[in-house]
Amino acid sequence: MAKHATPLLDQLESGPWPSFVSDMKQQAEVRAKNAENIEFQIPQDVVEDLLGILELSFADGTTHWKHGGIVGVFGYGGGVIGRYCDQPDNFPGVAHFHTMRVAQPGAKFYKTDYLRQLCDLWDFRGSGITNMHGSTGDIILLGTTTPQLEEIFYELTHNMNQDLGGSGSNLRTPADCIGMARCEYACYDTNALCYHLTQEYQDELHRPAFPYKFKFKFDGCPNGCVASIARADMSFIGTWKDNIKIDQEAVQAYIGGEFAPNANDHNGRDWGPFDIQKEVIDLCPTDCMWMEGNQLKIEDKECTRCMHCINVMPRALKIGDDRGLSILVGAKAPILDGAQMGSLLVPFVKAEDPYDEIKEVIEAIWDWWMEEGKNRERLGELMKRQGFQKLLKVTGIEPTAHHVQEPRTNPYIFWNEDEVEGGWDRDIDEYRKHHQR
Amino acid sequence: MEYEEAKTAIVETLTKKSKSKSKFYFNDLAKIMGMKPRLAKKIVNQLVQDGVLEYWSSGSTSMYGLPGVGKQAAAEHED
Repeated sequence: MAKHATPLLDQLESGPWPSFVSDMKQQAEVRAKNAENIEFQIPQDVVEDLLGILELSFADGTTHWKHGGIVGVFGYGGGVIGRYCDQPDNFPGVAHFHTMRVAQPGAKFYKTDYLRQLCDLWDFRGSGITNMHGSTGDIILLGTTTPQLEEIFYELTHNMNQDLGGSGSNLRTPADCIGMARCEYACYDTNALCYHLTQEYQDELHRPAFPYKFKFKFDGCPNGCVASIARADMSFIGTWKDNIKIDQEAVQAYIGGEFAPNANDHNGRDWGPFDIQKEVIDLCPTDCMWMEGNQLKIEDKECTRCMHCINVMPRALKIGDDRGLSILVGAKAPILDGAQMGSLLVPFVKAEDPYDEIKEVIEAIWDWWMEEGKNRERLGELMKRQGFQKLLKVTGIEPTAHHVQEPRTNPYIFWNEDEVEGGWDRDIDEYRKHHQR
Repeated sequence: MEYEEAKTAIVETLTKKSKSKSKFYFNDLAKIMGMKPRLAKKIVNQLVQDGVLEYWSSGSTSMYGLPGVGKQAAAEHED
């Protein structure tokens, strides 16, 4: 018998998809039975009370969680998010229900024994409920009490070689795609760069001094599996400078039906035989492909790296060999409004250890944003407020045609004195010779 | 500004304002010290380490305050 009746939550289970309500009920039962004889360090009925307070929120149409707090582990200003409920008498199990963000391993590679260790720790000192993974990318451990925080932190850092992630006005846990570890499209080693910058910027990750959150995300190619272009203040997207490599024989094999398009992703659907004109050439956003006899041609300088042709015919078309990444800045994805995509700042840079050129850009941006950013202002908002031109100035990047989003939207060109021959000074006597007062 | 001088300035200012405000943004602290953010951060880190200041976080935004000041500590049974 459940501790709280939950008719509204029960209704959520009736849909066709797996339900988090069912998962929570299952976890509540596991804790109640405690077949493994765990010495629970937080209330055994925490999950029952969580279901109860969620039911109450649905009934009341309002949240019963209070926002934020002073919880944390010593010396860290992030990684723990204080959550307290405003109905502690009715739901004592969730009076404290803090979230811990744990930095996910690069590209989320796990070993099963690590996952077991993590779950054992969380069953023992937390609610046992996890979110694998949060939209931040982190491992999210949901629900523990204040006295458990240091204990969990000790265990994570000393016995599991693990660290807390970012929250608050910090650099957030950097997130990367699977990259070269398993993907042939990766134009740079996302895992290496993500790890390098995570280590390099430990202070920014754990000790908040930014105006607001700041996110790095790393996509190995323009397919953008971590969607960095839409949600990271700085996104690092793999690209190449030379030509797409074409294997004409393989192109013919696709046309002849020998190779299935899209790596056989559409297997089982009856979409008829592969039609290269309809499915590849006509869909090229810049119209830069055509057939000449049985040869596929690409005008590479027109290519915008949309990846469509490569995705459809991966055995025939491959990314170029002169590889690196583009840096885009200013994306954000707030829930309510103000979502913004990233703007291209660095068209191409090689991604090679020790990544000095990349770090120079990062630090120039931080210096500017920390000084000029208003409280709770994201980089993308500062860019809008002070202008892209200012961003180019603080990063010392020369404007190029790549920076033009669309031509002729602004009739004004602003010049600085050093850009104008002779500067602003004029010889007043010379001037008066030609202009009366 | 040296550490001790910064500590006095921050504690004095935050105490003076404590009746109306208990949490402060990092920029407020940098302004009190009259320092660039990067340099100010070093001192603020040390002040937290020494227990003069404590972090407060909403989850999305972080702020700083004097320990025990404000409603939060009492309301959350942590004082």
